[in-house]
Amino acid sequence: MLSSTRASAISPPRRAGASYLRRSLRLLARIPSAWIGMAITGALVIVAAAGPAMAPQDPYHISAASKLLAPSSAHLFGTDDLGRDLLSRVLTGARISLAVGVVVLVLAMVLGVGLGLVAGYWGGWMDEAIMRTTDVFLAFPRLVLAIAIAATLGPGLSNSVVAIALSWWPWYTRLVRGQLLSMREQEYVLAAVSLGAGRPRILLQHLLPNVGTLVVIQASIDIGFAILAAASLSFIGLGAQPPTPEWGAIIAQARSYMEDAWWYPTFPGLAIFLAVLGFNLLGNAVRDAFDPRLRSVT
Amino acid sequence: MAAYVLRRLALIPPLLIGVSLLLFVLTHLIPADPAKLIAGEHAGPAEVAAVRHAFGLDLPLPEQYGIYITRLARGDLGVSMLTNAPVLGDLLQYFPATIELTAAAMLLTVVLGVPLGILSAVRSGGAIDLAAQVLSVSGLSFPIFFFGILLQLVFVRDLGWFPLSGRLGIVTVPPPHVTGLYVVDSILAGNRADLASALRHLALPSFTLALTSLAPTVRITRSTMLEALSQDYIRTAWAKGLVPLRVFVHHGLRNALIPVITVLGLYTSGLLGGVFLVELIFNWPGVGLYSVNAITAFDYSAIMGTSLLLTMTFVLVNLGVDLLYAVVDPRIRY
Repeated sequence: MLSSTRASAISPPRRAGASYLRRSLRLLARIPSAWIGMAITGALVIVAAAGPAMAPQDPYHISAASKLLAPSSAHLFGTDDLGRDLLSRVLTGARISLAVGVVVLVLAMVLGVGLGLVAGYWGGWMDEAIMRTTDVFLAFPRLVLAIAIAATLGPGLSNSVVAIALSWWPWYTRLVRGQLLSMREQEYVLAAVSLGAGRPRILLQHLLPNVGTLVVIQASIDIGFAILAAASLSFIGLGAQPPTPEWGAIIAQARSYMEDAWWYPTFPGLAIFLAVLGFNLLGNAVRDAFDPRLRSVT
Repeated sequence: MAAYVLRRLALIPPLLIGVSLLLFVLTHLIPADPAKLIAGEHAGPAEVAAVRHAFGLDLPLPEQYGIYITRLARGDLGVSMLTNAPVLGDLLQYFPATIELTAAAMLLTVVLGVPLGILSAVRSGGAIDLAAQVLSVSGLSFPIFFFGILLQLVFVRDLGWFPLSGRLGIVTVPPPHVTGLYVVDSILAGNRADLASALRHLALPSFTLALTSLAPTVRITRSTMLEALSQDYIRTAWAKGLVPLRVFVHHGLRNALIPVITVLGLYTSGLLGGVFLVELIFNWPGVGLYSVNAITAFDYSAIMGTSLLLTMTFVLVNLGVDLLYAVVDPRIRY
């Protein structure tokens, strides 16, 4: 029996891969919000890539003569309390926020997926130890833990990135482990074992690609929230420090002047909103297209 | 039921030990030498060594953790460097304000979110539905600290409807302390002026905080309502000739509530995290503001105490949510 089904038993997920990807992408293209999300995130990526080159003025240039100017043709978004051009600062900030979102996710994914693979495949005491550790991390409200870690590490952009990643990895560990537990006993894994494949090979060659889809879906949903969390930490004063044109940090500085200058907190705020919205729309669409079973419960 | 509650409660101590261990490890990751921080900038090496010894910072780490956890068990969270008072006392003083804020946000979430979700399910595809869906996607993406600032710009600066910050007017005398929740205390004291002032101050912060939980509540109520409304027993209810309100609320909503409660419990996490941001914006004297002030002063005991308190709250709320299931759905027994 094994000989007749071996070929298909070992490789179905890989072989189904290409058509699954094509089918999912076709589904994705049919979701209107996916296009809106893609347009917004696309614009964000372009702005981030262009960086300061796109800014009409030097985002750090201080000018006493142009303090707190209302939006005009010279300064589309107005100026801040030090006379810096807000449009330039908001555009420059795109690169920071995008980089932060990506780095947080990569860190959380490497740690979370790695530990999830170990827990789910080895099982035993290692599983127990890892999962009890995730219990502790998940007992904290997400932002509370990130704030506690960031406060301990000290203010700074890279510290806040580490803090958010450290508070996020358990979600990936749970996801991967849960998936592995159900895949471990599948025929193609048993077939690989009977062919004499070692654990690392089975893990990396057969299991990781299948968990990978789920992880990518989760990551596409999370990246918006990572950006949001980083902006929140900066707003509290734990993330990027002035004069860095990070959106959350700009809003924090704007608080003292908002009475007379509505534009000061408003434009960086809208920038955060748009960036997060773009990734959320795209992320939700990706989830719906790639995994209808996960279709939004929340 | 009692056995289940006991079993769940028994899980809390090991979890708290884990949480305290994590916080302990965190405080010892500090790049700066805490002894130097406590001794002050101008302290010589001998003074720093004395402080280190006095605070037990020269002991081996496991021993330090032993001391830390024994103190914790006695409710000793250390002394705040900022207020020079025991952290536990500070937290007890500031916590009622935070409870009032989160409870009000929770209430707003239910009172606004559930009916809006029902409406958009009942009129699925209509204008309300579309508006609710746009709102729930944008609500989740909106930074709450920016939302709070926008509310301040519109409702305080431009319209002048609400006060900018704080819990009561400057000249208002707080009601006699019973619960520490000004809204409750002023009702108990029968003081209408205080109640009005407390509610006016509470309005914007609680609405800001509710933003993150409102969006998913609308969404989940809508989708579970839609599912419930397509069931056979709803058709039966219509066939019996029941009035729409009774069909929707008694037959539909009751069966749609479980996932709604789950989401509400889940987003308590968001509420408790949002407390830091909202209290900072509205100068709301709760544990979030206390902790944010502590951050700038490198006051670790205060930060860790707040984190521990909010985490305990979160764990207890989750337990409460699980118990609520049994109340809403009589089929669930623990």
